Amino acid sequence: MPEPLRVCTFLLGGKTFALPVGEVREVVKDLAATPVPLAPPAVLGLVHLRGQIATAVDLRRRLDLDPFRPERPHVNVVVQGADGLVCLPVDDIGDVIDIPADAVDRPPDTLRPAVRELVRAICKLQDELVLLLDTARAVDPSP
Amino acid sequence: MADEVISEFLAEAAEILDSLERDLVAVDAGELDPSDVVAGTFRAFHTLKGTSGFLGFDRLGGVAHAGEDLLCAIRDGAVPWTRPVTDALLQVLDALRAILDVAAKTEKDGDDAYPDLVARLRSLASGAAAPAADEPARPDAAAPEPAASPAPRPIFQPKAPAPTLTRAPAAPSPAPAVAPPAPAAAPSGSELSTAHEKPAPARATSSDPHPDQGDVAGTLRVPVPVLDGLMGLVGELVLARNQLICQDATREDPRLAATTQRIHQLTTGLQEAVMKARMQPIDNVFSRLPRVARDTAQACGKHVHLVTAGQDTELDKTLLEAIKDPLTHVVRNAVDHGIEGPEARAAAGKPVDGTVSVRAFHDGGQVIVEVEDDGAGVNLSKVRAKAVSLGLVSPEEAERLSERETIELLFRPGFSTAEAVTKISGRGVGMDVVRTNVERIGGSVEMISAPGRGSTCRIRVPLTLLIVPALIVACRRDRFAVPQASLVELVRVAPEREAQMVVDVHGSLVLRLRGALLPLLDLAKVLGVGTAGRAPDGALSVVVLTAEGHQFGLLVDEVADTEEIVVKPLARRLQALGAFSGATVRGDGRVALVLDVAGIARRSGLLTDSEARTGAAASAAAATVRRPYLILRGRDDGRLAIALGEVARIEEFAPEAVEQVGGAEAIQYRGSVLPLVRLAAALNEGPGRPSPGLAGKLQVVVQRWGQREVGLVVESILDVTEEDVTIDPARARPGVAGCAVIQGRITEVLDTAALLAAQIGPQREASRA
Repeated sequence: MPEPLRVCTFLLGGKTFALPVGEVREVVKDLAATPVPLAPPAVLGLVHLRGQIATAVDLRRRLDLDPFRPERPHVNVVVQGADGLVCLPVDDIGDVIDIPADAVDRPPDTLRPAVRELVRAICKLQDELVLLLDTARAVDPSP
Repeated sequence: MADEVISEFLAEAAEILDSLERDLVAVDAGELDPSDVVAGTFRAFHTLKGTSGFLGFDRLGGVAHAGEDLLCAIRDGAVPWTRPVTDALLQVLDALRAILDVAAKTEKDGDDAYPDLVARLRSLASGAAAPAADEPARPDAAAPEPAASPAPRPIFQPKAPAPTLTRAPAAPSPAPAVAPPAPAAAPSGSELSTAHEKPAPARATSSDPHPDQGDVAGTLRVPVPVLDGLMGLVGELVLARNQLICQDATREDPRLAATTQRIHQLTTGLQEAVMKARMQPIDNVFSRLPRVARDTAQACGKHVHLVTAGQDTELDKTLLEAIKDPLTHVVRNAVDHGIEGPEARAAAGKPVDGTVSVRAFHDGGQVIVEVEDDGAGVNLSKVRAKAVSLGLVSPEEAERLSERETIELLFRPGFSTAEAVTKISGRGVGMDVVRTNVERIGGSVEMISAPGRGSTCRIRVPLTLLIVPALIVACRRDRFAVPQASLVELVRVAPEREAQMVVDVHGSLVLRLRGALLPLLDLAKVLGVGTAGRAPDGALSVVVLTAEGHQFGLLVDEVADTEEIVVKPLARRLQALGAFSGATVRGDGRVALVLDVAGIARRSGLLTDSEARTGAAASAAAATVRRPYLILRGRDDGRLAIALGEVARIEEFAPEAVEQVGGAEAIQYRGSVLPLVRLAAALNEGPGRPSPGLAGKLQVVVQRWGQREVGLVVESILDVTEEDVTIDPARARPGVAGCAVIQGRITEVLDTAALLAAQIGPQREASRA
């Protein structure tokens, strides 16, 4: 019996997404982002995290949702990417849950290509579907 | 554990080799007598051999052993110390270094046993010292020796032995003290015979290679990563301190203010102390230079003396590493290109031995390293000819280059003045690489030439990398940091001066600053966030910057402050934008981007390689090139263009100031006579009209003409523009290179070289006059 996958879930545009819990460094509230001119549109800016600098990436834009608006309530999921710290603002944070290996499936072909690109697997839980993101692709600001 | 022993050994061996190299080169230069160094060198080889045997580095031991045999023969008087001996011993050092490099990577000493070198050493030694050469290798020599223990030993040298060491030079020495190594050689002479018979005592390995380091007040060898970590923490502390000060300013609590002040002082003190711990004397780099100069001089058949000064000047270790190669290259260049051959020197009445002096000193938060040679200076005409042959500039452009601009050619990629590609030059490193590497660490390189008397290469480097002073500028809502190393000056353009100082537009602004023309970039436009704002009184703020030898103005909304910033790297994807070199956290906790000055210039087309080649390309038929042009009004409201690169300045003169000199017009200008050429007359278009609305003043485009300048009187200046221009040579006429479409209108592009040549004679005569 393979190990269950422990993930951290969060809400974005009414859907539940998840990242492997080992890749999430922390979850923080308000952060003021300094915009980076000339950067791809999905780069919201740079934020200061206790002496370190993280790149804020708009996951909503990456997932073809309407772009992030700072005045709407949100929390930031901080992920250690291959290219430094990345901060992902999401609508709300969910739970840390264990997903049994037999609940993990290939992403359905019906997903829009832009979304499918970022989704590693779909997890069928009792009351909801959770889209497990591919961290490396999700934190990459350019499509 | 084994790794530690090996790395200790490697560090120690590297020091031994450096010190040996200094001695050998000094012997070669006649500064030391061979007898002063035989004993020390012998012992050093012996030490290396012993420890390498212990560590199983047989190749290393073999080469060291052969060197030891040669020295043994010399010490016994069987073989004289000759230049081939020095050469061979220097090669031994090279071989040992190569083996150590392999050992550093693989913890084994590689496969190359250097049989040729060993054979040469043996044949040198065998002159009359066959027994010495036959002495069996003693791979077990080190076995009983506690060679492993000497390694950790130099980590800490307690205070106690200090008196004995400091007293040593005072002890009766057989020879009058010559140079630092002498005291060491003297007392150790007696030890030698014993050292030869039995395994070297451990203490010899640890203290003897640096006999000249009399200061043993307590030294600790600390791995660089530890210092890096410490520096990182101090960087964080500086940021936290800045935030604390920022927050303190909003509260009125005297106790908090006092504590904040104290923390501020302590942080500054700690920062200085940690920076100091990372400092190393530049001598660590200088010590390689005599060898570099010697080898280069020998290879090009010259006699060169290398003099160093300011060896004690200290520099951050990372920066020291970074300037090692550039400095080596500059010294090699000075010997290879700077110093003349012996005959030429004799003919010029100079001493046959050339001198290259390398100096280091502090200058306001920076370290300056100057490499000066007493050679012939930069041969400007040769450089120009070379640049033309390489297609870097057109012959016409080359003629007009000022001295400074000509010297700048040396820093172009692919440039090399070496007449023959010797084994010294043509190593794929040019002055462009030197400049790139130095600018990467926030420094700069410039070349100064005094014809007939020599040239000086001046390298400026900051004291430290991580924490740099920066100017904070505002652009729209955001703040950006500009490293002060790139800063030339700040200029405030008052509204009433704007029309004069900022020449408009169509995407290309030009700043008229004390008569010079500088490209002017609008930071907001470069960053795609609008246009620059103004101060409340309507003034414009310009930051004049320098990158890769080019100066340009950067228009910002406001110049805020200077601040010590801690530069943090950006994600690669953001670094790749080419506009920012990093980011920093400011006192208010917000992030500010650090501008990449060279990158911004490059993004805006100020530093492209294609620009460098436009001159040559323009002479080719109908080539499309992008370059800035000055647009003039011609006859019947037609348009004329002059490449902005050919323009030195734009001036206005009252018509009364024009004087007649020998049938030609001229004007007194900057203490000399500026010949005037009326453009309309030169183009056979009859007398030009005075410009309307300028009170009848003459508009004069000042151009360089050889060593002099010439003023081109034009009707009026319309604009400055930069776009892709295709010159159609079929429409050429005297003084006009051809026609092009610029700003959507047919424009005649002037061939000012031909035009001026026709008016005032060829340039060479002009320059001789």
